[in-house]
Amino acid sequence: MITAEIVDKWMKLFYSKISEQKAYLSELDTPIGDGDHGNNMMRGMQGVEDSLDKLSNPDLKTILKTVAMALISKVGGAAGPLYGTAFLEMAKNCEKTQAPAELFKLALEGIKKRGGATTGDKTMIDVWAPAVAALETDSLSVEKIEAAAAGTKDLVAKKGRASYLGERSVGHLDPGAVSSQYLFESFIEAGGIE
Amino acid sequence: MKKIINSPGDVVPEMIDGLVRAYPQYVERIPGTEAVVRSNKSSMDGKVGIVSGGGSGHEPAHPGFVGKGMLSAAVAGQVFTSPTPDQIYEAIKAVNTGRGVFLVIKNYSGDVMNFDMASDMAELDDIPVKSIIVDDDIAVENSLYTQGRRGVAGTVLMHKLVGAAADQGASLEEIEELANKALPHISTIAVALSAATVPEVGKPGFELADDEIEYGVGIHSEPGYRREKIKTSHELAEELVSKIDRELKLDATHRYAILVNGMGATPLMEQYVFSHDLLDELATRKIKPAFMKVGNYMTSIDMAGISLTIFDLIDEKWLDYLNYPVETIAW
Repeated sequence: MITAEIVDKWMKLFYSKISEQKAYLSELDTPIGDGDHGNNMMRGMQGVEDSLDKLSNPDLKTILKTVAMALISKVGGAAGPLYGTAFLEMAKNCEKTQAPAELFKLALEGIKKRGGATTGDKTMIDVWAPAVAALETDSLSVEKIEAAAAGTKDLVAKKGRASYLGERSVGHLDPGAVSSQYLFESFIEAGGIE
Repeated sequence: MKKIINSPGDVVPEMIDGLVRAYPQYVERIPGTEAVVRSNKSSMDGKVGIVSGGGSGHEPAHPGFVGKGMLSAAVAGQVFTSPTPDQIYEAIKAVNTGRGVFLVIKNYSGDVMNFDMASDMAELDDIPVKSIIVDDDIAVENSLYTQGRRGVAGTVLMHKLVGAAADQGASLEEIEELANKALPHISTIAVALSAATVPEVGKPGFELADDEIEYGVGIHSEPGYRREKIKTSHELAEELVSKIDRELKLDATHRYAILVNGMGATPLMEQYVFSHDLLDELATRKIKPAFMKVGNYMTSIDMAGISLTIFDLIDEKWLDYLNYPVETIAW
């Protein structure tokens, strides 16, 4: 069950991971992107925290929508609309279900639709798809998420700026997959699957 | 990193502030955004609005092309990062005078997604929006397996074309048709001598040895198609023209517009030297440009290098659109 309390805790944990790993994420983005993923996510999560601070006792829909709008308006690039769409889909559907497997699945569909990417394209979807599959079988773990993010190293990029490199993108982790790894790890740490 | 800035995080708002205060006769800031709109509001009355934009670091693109006869508004994102949908949406609202708004988008996944979300928001307000996704960079092969070709300096010629048409009263549908018709005839290819340094990153996007150049580099330091030892301007002109020739099939009976564009750190002196070699190279193919521009139009911060854009003017009106008078900072 995803609750407003869990989302609040989840976002605080995600913010602190992004702050710690900001330079690393931008470094991952340099050889296969444009070197700003850490900075963009940091700006976005600062925006999320600022917006959440202004809410008092929000319900689940309000908090998810607030996260979505902050990400959409602060991150920019490709990551902003993709993460923003994910949270917007969860906000739109959270009155029908609060089950993580179902909400994350709807979020994943939103990401696929917005970005036009699919599994194996070396994007955040390569973490989201196995994470959703694991949630559906109650087997999501930090190890599985780490392995999924690490798996992007061997893939050839087919979407976004990294796709211009073709075969030369092999050997590099996808930065969006790594920030997604932090997102799911934070979710577990916040008690999202308990 | 040596840059004339206060803090890396303040570059975009301070740049926009400097720009609108320096040129109040052309542009003003849309309150609460990093977007600029024409200060001559009556020039937009009864006309389709033209909005473009993208990451910052390409100045004078895009705010430098805002003004009567060209863009109605331009939205600036963070450096090399697409602007966000809320800001694009504010620009759309600011320029809509009832005949709809046309968006000129460069083909990057971030720009496409953010402008797309902004169009969705505008449609909820019943503002008709149409767009063109410019992908003139022929360094990248068009393929189902990549993002496709990038939008680079040729985008400025697209701004000029649709801006002139809008000023002459064209409808949203006519502008869309014009943009779609012209796009396949605009090809650009670049050569880089050194990479750009994004202020918030602090180091160059890639490394090139002192005697190396790279062909086909994108405007955000995206990798090109070949690296080799530095060549003469004459040899560069040959390489770039032959690459575009393979795409556009240059024909002495056609009329062409040429844009020689500096990437930011290349002096005009070198751009004119290159133009001399370029015009010689074209002359050997019996081509004399009908229109030409040389200078910094779509830069990549402090990247050294140039891009060459050739536009095959298969429709007579296109040359008139290029020559149509504008009131902008940078055209």
